[in-house]
Amino acid sequence: MRAVVTVIGKDTVGILHKVSGICAEYNANVMEVTQSVLQDMFAMIMLVDISAISRDFSEMVDRMTSLGQELGLSIHTMHEDIFNSMHSI
Amino acid sequence: MLNVYNILETIRMIQDECLDIRTITMGISLLDCIDTDIDRACEKVYNKIVTKAQRLVPVGQQIEKELGIPIINKRISVTPIAMLAAACPGQNPVKFAKALQRAADTCGVNFIGGYSALVHKGFSAGDIELIRSIPEALDVTQNICSSVNIGSTKSGINMDAVKLMGQIVKESAERTADRDCIGPAKLVVFCNAVEDNPFMAGAFHGVGEPDCELHVGVSGPGVVRSALAKYPDASLNELADIIKKTAFKITRMGQLVGARASQELGVPFGIVDLSLAPTPAVGDSVAHILEEMGLEMCGTHGTTAALAMLNDAVKKGGVMASSNVGGLSGAFIPVSEDAGMIDAAVAGVLSLEKLEAMTAVCSVGLDMIVLPGETSAETISAIIADEAAIGMVNTKTTAVRVIPAIGKKEGEMLEFGGLLGSGPVMPVKDKSSAKFINRGGRIPAPMHSLKN
Repeated sequence: MRAVVTVIGKDTVGILHKVSGICAEYNANVMEVTQSVLQDMFAMIMLVDISAISRDFSEMVDRMTSLGQELGLSIHTMHEDIFNSMHSI
Repeated sequence: MLNVYNILETIRMIQDECLDIRTITMGISLLDCIDTDIDRACEKVYNKIVTKAQRLVPVGQQIEKELGIPIINKRISVTPIAMLAAACPGQNPVKFAKALQRAADTCGVNFIGGYSALVHKGFSAGDIELIRSIPEALDVTQNICSSVNIGSTKSGINMDAVKLMGQIVKESAERTADRDCIGPAKLVVFCNAVEDNPFMAGAFHGVGEPDCELHVGVSGPGVVRSALAKYPDASLNELADIIKKTAFKITRMGQLVGARASQELGVPFGIVDLSLAPTPAVGDSVAHILEEMGLEMCGTHGTTAALAMLNDAVKKGGVMASSNVGGLSGAFIPVSEDAGMIDAAVAGVLSLEKLEAMTAVCSVGLDMIVLPGETSAETISAIIADEAAIGMVNTKTTAVRVIPAIGKKEGEMLEFGGLLGSGPVMPVKDKSSAKFINRGGRIPAPMHSLKN
């Protein structure tokens, strides 16, 4: 089971650190990261393994969302199934 | 395989283009709650619904969070209550409505549909009592929806029921005049009603359905509109292809959510209803899709053709994305719930006559249309009859959900707020249809109903 974390917003110090910190806290292994900073816009997509997470996935979603609000970023944490089902037959 | 473009596209659809799952609706059979003692029957109804649906809302919320897609409504549809009322002659069926309301409150669902009667060929025990109690039931409850099927392609149109429903719609509006006439906004009069519809106000759980099942209604007019906006010069068959691809993606969401919810709840997955259901929110309008196709305003000449193409393409795209397609499936055109339709009606471009033509090619019928308060019951019946005739002859579902705005005249607005939106009072003809309606009887089924 994997989840996709997307982070979009104004670049600041430590975004990757804070997002991956939450992943570590929940024992969610980061498998892939793609990131770009265009002028001062930060965009990151992270694929994390949630099959062995230590607590509830929905709790992790809430943590990510509130981190986004704290940093003024848009952070979405979604199960990979939504992307797979929408974009593949 | 995941790729960045697809991930961002999905997020954009949800974030900016109002993509959501409009409803997960649990259909529950109440046939085993029939009892000659109405109080005992009500208790059984309450207990059965609460037992089956107690986890519906939390499971819906959990899926919403996991997948990151909003599920706007969690609803329940039940066996037409007239069938339960039949066993309790002389009793007031409103007791059932109150029991349903109690169940809705306990489960935390947005609506329970099924305060219904199926009278397309005639009235059986319980039907008349239930229909006559609809205005009171809609008045004393908040989350109960009612529907009556008055015609079908197979049986023709029960004009006695049509006459009665004109009066019931009017009475419902009068009883709730102090609450923006909300009563008739929860009442649908059908021809060819479907038994697995997840959308309100017309949802009920048909007798041919299993004991309990889960349906999903998708939405997404905003997604379709912005997909079309990227191709301003495409030909119509190219547009049809774009709509099909978009509908496929939207419906896959519904399929995923439905499969997951039914697994979590241990209830069989019923159907995905492939409907483009608008809301009054900006960017969530079916009318704006038609305008994106090249109409200056919805309701102008060409609207019926554009809607026909949209409706067909939505079905073609969606049908491959789901293992079980059903319900109403198509584009909805509820006037007060669609920002573009409201604008077009206010501007006088979208008329009742044009809407009637549009219902011949869209998924349902005359929906959320505000009429002058002084419209007679016979005129409402005649509107119902016209619409039912379109459904009967074209072998499709049609419906009427009109709201006589008590105390208001043409041009004034009726504000419901929320998902029901607001609508301008639309003019009706001032010549009488009373003699036609008062004849009663039945309009026979059309020739092509004899298919065997």
